[in-house]
Amino acid sequence: MEKRIANNIAVGVLWVAAGITVAVLGAIILYVLVNGVRVLSPEFIVTRPHGVNAEGGIGPTIVSTMYVTGLAMLICAPVAVLAAVYLAEYAHQGRVVNVIRFAADSLASVPSIVMGLFGFALFVEAMGIGLSMLSAALALALLMLPIVMRATEEAIRAVPRYIRWGSYGMGATKWQTVSRVVLPAAAPRIITGIVLATGRAVGETAVVFYTMGQAINIPITPLDSGRPMTVHLYLLAVDGINLPAAYGTALLLMIMILGFNLSARWILKRYRKV
Amino acid sequence: MSTTDTSSSVARGTLRLVSRETQVKEWLLASVFFACAFVAVLAVALIFAFVGWKAWPIFSEVGISEFLFGRVWASSEELYGILPLIQGSFVVTLGALVIGTPLAVGTAVFLSEIASPGVRAVVRPAVELLAGIPSVVYGFFGVVVVRPIVGDLTGGIGFGPLTAWVILAIMIVPTIAALSEDALRSIPMGIREASYAMGATTWQTIRKVVVPAAKIGIIDAIILGMGRAIGETMAVLMLVGNAPQFFAGIGQPISTLTSQIVMDMGYSTGTHRTALFGMAAILFLISMGLVLTVRLVSRLRD
Amino acid sequence: MTDAAGATPPVATEAGAAAPAAERGPGEAHRHHVHAAVGETKVHVQGLNFWYGDFNALTDITVDIKSRAVTAFIGPSGCGKSTFLRCMNRMNDLIPGTRVEGTMLLDGADIYGPGVDPVDLRRRVGMIFQQPNPFPQSIYDNVAYGPRLQGLKRKADLDAIVEESLRRANLWKEVKDILGRGGLTLSGGQQQRLCIARVLAVQPEVLLMDEPCSAIDPTSVQKIEDLMAEIKDEVTIVIVTHNMQQAARVSDFTAFFLQEVAGEPAVLVEYGRTSEIFTSPSDKRTEDYITGRFG
Repeated sequence: MEKRIANNIAVGVLWVAAGITVAVLGAIILYVLVNGVRVLSPEFIVTRPHGVNAEGGIGPTIVSTMYVTGLAMLICAPVAVLAAVYLAEYAHQGRVVNVIRFAADSLASVPSIVMGLFGFALFVEAMGIGLSMLSAALALALLMLPIVMRATEEAIRAVPRYIRWGSYGMGATKWQTVSRVVLPAAAPRIITGIVLATGRAVGETAVVFYTMGQAINIPITPLDSGRPMTVHLYLLAVDGINLPAAYGTALLLMIMILGFNLSARWILKRYRKV
Repeated sequence: MSTTDTSSSVARGTLRLVSRETQVKEWLLASVFFACAFVAVLAVALIFAFVGWKAWPIFSEVGISEFLFGRVWASSEELYGILPLIQGSFVVTLGALVIGTPLAVGTAVFLSEIASPGVRAVVRPAVELLAGIPSVVYGFFGVVVVRPIVGDLTGGIGFGPLTAWVILAIMIVPTIAALSEDALRSIPMGIREASYAMGATTWQTIRKVVVPAAKIGIIDAIILGMGRAIGETMAVLMLVGNAPQFFAGIGQPISTLTSQIVMDMGYSTGTHRTALFGMAAILFLISMGLVLTVRLVSRLRD
Repeated sequence: MTDAAGATPPVATEAGAAAPAAERGPGEAHRHHVHAAVGETKVHVQGLNFWYGDFNALTDITVDIKSRAVTAFIGPSGCGKSTFLRCMNRMNDLIPGTRVEGTMLLDGADIYGPGVDPVDLRRRVGMIFQQPNPFPQSIYDNVAYGPRLQGLKRKADLDAIVEESLRRANLWKEVKDILGRGGLTLSGGQQQRLCIARVLAVQPEVLLMDEPCSAIDPTSVQKIEDLMAEIKDEVTIVIVTHNMQQAARVSDFTAFFLQEVAGEPAVLVEYGRTSEIFTSPSDKRTEDYITGRFG
């Protein structure tokens, strides 16, 4: 009997642990939603902040965030996907692959502030790109690289071997097999990985802090600077000058992240064949 | 039997040889893919080189021991001792691990051993979403919600380790929970069935069989969660109070390596700035060290 | 041109043991299909050895595969018949650490000769696998895959090839209205025929079939056996099967492989006309296997 009681208590505790995790998420979402929804309006989304208290909207910061993450995705995705193709299809296991994997793991664990300082030192200063969308996008792309690489490699490895044989067995070259059979079959999971990594980039702050600048303007060329939503939220929050706008920005950020997560799930569900 | 050796009599076909063009094309493609994969290596090397290069003066001019073990960080007096910041980073990280690990591992065990598919379909995405929330939003939530509560409890304004622990603990839950769950799920079903067949309860099976079998994977998860906590910047920055002093209580402001970099970066010049890069270099080495530890621990398993 | 009567006796068995000589009696009835003559040697194999790393999986295989005929490889599981099949279009090249020694000629040209392009070889020597493996694409795209690889783009040409190939694979009637549907939505047996159509679309000279019927429904098995009889005039077929009734039904020649001791290389015990092998095998081991005494 004692055994049963101990079991029930322990299982109860595990329920509580999971419950807390879900409750915390709910609390954060609810809190931001309740406080943010009051300021959310079309004007808030499209107009510029102005005045000492950053009144008005956050339009330019939304543009900057979308600009920089889009650019980062365009830079990162091809490199990461082809890198994963190398690891999954071309590389022979050995020292070289070990070094690449270790580097990717290390890159994934680099603290974002370190990536920010590095981006500042290399892209902004040494390469002379300056505080700009491009500098920030390059730094963000490095942050996303290991995530997309891993997702792609797993997606490629999940394509059954015998499907490859079908292609090889009728006279396709390696590249034909990879590009026409393996990658299309793995595409839903690869795209999911890219979407999730981009979602992470949207929420990134420390990296863009020192690579993009803080100027509130709408970026046109990749060499323009700007202020992303995360940095805007940080500045509003620490200065405590315009809490409603901070709530609104936080809510919009959460909605965007949620959108990325949900669309990733949807893609996976809708198109997954293998 | 006279024509047994048919090979000569039918030798009329030829096989196409690999064309030079094909060879070159495949080689080129393989090279391009390798170059892409090598970007990761190059990036790590460049981070190492650039951060190290920018940090070099602090090591050569101020000295490594002066920098690492100096007890005072006061840029106005040109004192660049980061011992209080290192301590701050570890205080914040360890506290977050103490709170976050039971929560995360508990959630992982719940997901893999107890939850029905329906419950799992709610909890699992929640964990993933928790990972997606930007750290600046966590920081903001900490400032407006957790800080006042902690302030009431400790009789201050609420900036300090305790506030950071609570928020950071939540932030590392998804990292640890997801990786631990993977480790738990990779345990073959047969092991559990054998335990149940002997009359063990769910909890006994978890405690005596499943968790021990997944131990290494869970340790890996905790180490990586530690890496996330130690490198976390924005949330910590917004919550610890940013006073570069030694730990003096859970409600007293402290500072960390990451938060101090952001605090000072905007106005730093000269040696001061090299000190910030020195701190970044140390953070980089710590995070690489943790990755290396995970690799070594994983090797123990095999 | 070799003698039209064809049928040089198949080279026989392990270690050069004498072949049962001249078995040209054309009167042997094959159940589905009575043939005037099988063709000349399509694939000539002499003293072939195969290694996985240090493991010598096949030793001293000598055999002539005839064109315009179906040749069946039979034997217990793990006896190397699939491995040998995969040597014939160099699929084993894809597995690191494998090695081939000996002679293997396609129309007299050395398959393992220096500089030979295994990709082009595999187009000429196509392969069907045990597990139906359609690509996760539409039925049409599956069949058009090969022609497109070779640069064919015109819709009309592709349409014609797709229809022709599906007809030859006995699948056209079932799928002609659903060509845009995913290949994986078909039943297992239909998938296997789709894979056959996909290979036939590149017009291979030899079709290697690695236990193509072991995972599918009886109706499809029947259709596949029928189509083998229909296309063997144009395509030399080699089939690995562990179903002896199937071997007896569909093949003109049969080769019996055996690995007698685990860890030792497998050998080709006996090779000859199917009718001979199944009625009066010359080797005791063949007889034991066929009568179901082991395996």
